[in-house]
Amino acid sequence: MSTVEIGLATNRGAGGSLRARMTGAFRTRRDARRYWLLLVLFLGIGLLATLGLILYKNPVPVDSPSFIPVVQRRLTAVVAMFVAALCHSFATVAFQSVTGNRIITPSLLGYESLYSFIQTSVLFFFGASALAKFSGTGAFFLQVALMIALSLILFGWLLSGKYGNLHLMLLIGIIIGAGLNSMSGFMRRVLSPSEFDLLQSRLIGSVNNADAEYFPIVIPLVQATVLLLYLLSRKLNVLSLGRDVSTAFGVNYQAHVILFLILIAVLMATTTALIGPMTFFGFLIAMLSYQAAPTYDHRYMLPMAFAIGFSVLTSAYFLLYHVFRAQTVVSVLIELFGGIAFLIVILRKRTL
Amino acid sequence: MITIKQVRKSYGDEVVIGPLNIEIPKAGITSLIGPNGAGKSTTLLMIGRLLNMDEGSITVANMDVAKSKSSDIAKMLTILRQENHFITRLTVRQLVGFGRFPYSKGRLTKEDEAIISKYIDFFELTDLEHRFLDELSGGQRQRAYVAMVLCQETEYVLLDEPLNNLDIARAVQMMEHLRRAANELGRTILMVLHDINFAARYSDRICAMKNGQIAAFGTVEEIMKPELLTDIFETKIEIIDGPYGKIAIY
Amino acid sequence: MHAVNEVEIRFQPRISEQKNKSGRILTVPFALAVLAVIALGVVSLFTGVYDIWGQADGRDMFFITRVPRTIALMLTGAAMSMTGLIMHLVTRNKMVEPTTIGTNEWAGLGLLAVYLLIPSPTLVMRMTGAIVFSFVGTMVFFLFLRRVRLRSSLIVPIMGLMLGAVISAFSTFVTLWFNMSQVIENWFIGSFAPVQAGRYEYLWIIVIVTFLVFLYANRLTIAGLGEDVATTLGVNYNRLILLANALIAVCVGIVAAVIGNIPFLGLIVPNIISMIRGDDLRSNLPWVCLMGMGTITLCDIIARVVIMPFEVPVSLILGTIGAAVFILMLLRQRRSRRLR
Repeated sequence: MSTVEIGLATNRGAGGSLRARMTGAFRTRRDARRYWLLLVLFLGIGLLATLGLILYKNPVPVDSPSFIPVVQRRLTAVVAMFVAALCHSFATVAFQSVTGNRIITPSLLGYESLYSFIQTSVLFFFGASALAKFSGTGAFFLQVALMIALSLILFGWLLSGKYGNLHLMLLIGIIIGAGLNSMSGFMRRVLSPSEFDLLQSRLIGSVNNADAEYFPIVIPLVQATVLLLYLLSRKLNVLSLGRDVSTAFGVNYQAHVILFLILIAVLMATTTALIGPMTFFGFLIAMLSYQAAPTYDHRYMLPMAFAIGFSVLTSAYFLLYHVFRAQTVVSVLIELFGGIAFLIVILRKRTL
Repeated sequence: MITIKQVRKSYGDEVVIGPLNIEIPKAGITSLIGPNGAGKSTTLLMIGRLLNMDEGSITVANMDVAKSKSSDIAKMLTILRQENHFITRLTVRQLVGFGRFPYSKGRLTKEDEAIISKYIDFFELTDLEHRFLDELSGGQRQRAYVAMVLCQETEYVLLDEPLNNLDIARAVQMMEHLRRAANELGRTILMVLHDINFAARYSDRICAMKNGQIAAFGTVEEIMKPELLTDIFETKIEIIDGPYGKIAIY
Repeated sequence: MHAVNEVEIRFQPRISEQKNKSGRILTVPFALAVLAVIALGVVSLFTGVYDIWGQADGRDMFFITRVPRTIALMLTGAAMSMTGLIMHLVTRNKMVEPTTIGTNEWAGLGLLAVYLLIPSPTLVMRMTGAIVFSFVGTMVFFLFLRRVRLRSSLIVPIMGLMLGAVISAFSTFVTLWFNMSQVIENWFIGSFAPVQAGRYEYLWIIVIVTFLVFLYANRLTIAGLGEDVATTLGVNYNRLILLANALIAVCVGIVAAVIGNIPFLGLIVPNIISMIRGDDLRSNLPWVCLMGMGTITLCDIIARVVIMPFEVPVSLILGTIGAAVFILMLLRQRRSRRLR
């Protein structure tokens, strides 16, 4: 420790305390402590809610043979929550940093519209039995692949080359989404009420849509993507300073933006295909995590975002299943709160 | 040495910048002046490889800016634009610390920390180093941005209108700092300036642009001539001798 | 990748440019356009599954459905195009229109609210609800625009679309909670098929709105220059914004209640007109109305014909074609940009 002190000048910071001049992710040690405390707190809540979801009010006693299947089913839902939280948290925070805008979400790139369109088309063109059969790893990966393909087309077409423009790409992504929604809406209109109900459940994000047979591939895929994203945090820190400053520091802005967007696309496509659309969930998590982690460093922001996302999701499901007995509404409620968060943020903003 | 050869850039059929041919020598401060729309900022952005040129080449210290790796260029050349908005909240020290990125890639060593401290002290930001940027005044923030690019320790520093939004005292302070950076730290600074008198007082050389072309390039003495400036700015300009050198009156 | 501020320059209305030097309205091209729209109207009158010549009550059907439908098309086309024009002026942004700033979604929410509060709401009640909510929604967005300094004008429609998505999510929540999905789905699919005599007459109010827009055209243009400039020129900025808001809300609300969601018209039509004629509101207004009428009539004819004897809702045609045209517009602009 002594060599450090000799090498660096010391500075009397606010409050007169002698402090070695270091650049940390947090401004003060109090901020750092608060960060770790909150992180542990949120992970703790998540863990508690998870345990609650698995064990609470289990209708079947422990030693009965059907205990394990019940637990397994609940476990599936919990794992789906884990995946969803991981995907949405990392994707949204990274997306907001890459685009330099904290008021948008990666859902704008049309994943959810494409997903709804695919589901509705299958029902429309091939009938209810086809939709029921449109599950299983083949269909799952087809959807994921289609969504990633759409993203790649958007990025490749609109982001690269001389005329690449990020905002333009976002806008076009939204418009394509609107166009797809139009067509989906029309198809839904033509459906019979029973067919409509079949579709309805799939079009709203719910962990009950998740099918455990996808997990062996989804979980490693998501974890690998998330790990890669995390390892690239330092690049993300620079990218969030904007195109000009990043380039001045020697970072190939365009290439890195496309790389991050691809990783984001993988995460968003996977979670949408697994549990369905959740447009404002990521926004809500991101907003909360900026409050909880007051730093520019993504190495701290991303894990906090996941912790918050996981605890929000698990607590919401626990409360709504067991305390309020209103099972179907979880996602919609989360969307609602996310939407309110969005309104609050834009009403308080000064500069966009 | 910054070598610009046959550089052209056009927008549609209307606006054309170039052909530009000039060699800007190492060391000292060179100011880029000229009326609005002359192409000063565009030229600066092309040198700093933030903008592509349609024709020609720009070489900085024998590196072609269009062909060399950006990370290599970043150790030789840096550029700061007028408007800087960051969505993340940074302290002064964290911001200046980013200047070390081309070398440290985000992992700051003890040497990096010492360098950061050096530049923070150089720009008299020591007491402010742990304040967030949005808690600073405009002048202090501008000092922090310039400290960031200087902390990158590149030979060539390009600044696009660094004195914008600074009052006289802050502007003088900034130019004093830059003069010191050129003298004590041996940097080559190329900056776009609106105020001809600031340019004359603090630069070694002036490059005057007009209508997308380079109208004149030389030492301050050579450029501060009434006929030349009148022609470039299209308004009557007189030159008198002041206590610090020539002054333009308009 | 280029800096963001390039594309936006093209999207500022060019108030100073006046391609139509005389500013006169009754010119030969205009007369031709009127004839074209009349021709489309006639086609619309005679397009349809019902055999009005052959059947005994063909003549009655003609006056009960065909004529009202065609009139409704004309009025709706003019209305939605005009709201787009007003919004462009007031916000100085050409991508702002009821679809892209959430006004349509607010109107839908208004309808929902009325159905919730009143068991069997009349058309007037539904209209009122839609108008009130549209007013609130547009006001929210305008206030937001005033408060926030924007670094890129492309952000505006992005924000607006997100706002629309929020309102949409809220509506979905309400419909699920109260089991009213049909209401929203019906609104979302705007269609002229159910238009009949006795059910569409409120659309005539749009004529009054058009008249008012024409009357206040110059003042609205000045308001578009910003609060400071407007006040300096003696125009009561706040009152004008409220007026503009009210006019927009009335148009969108009535259309939402009577027909349903009509997307993108306010975006495409004024932009095409301004690409050809520049940005003088007063002389553009008739053109915008006319072209709006023509566009929607054409789309509706397509909607009736494409899978005859079945009908596709016109909002589907508009939604897909509108999206495609919007994208083309954006792409066209991105090449001709100016960097400062």
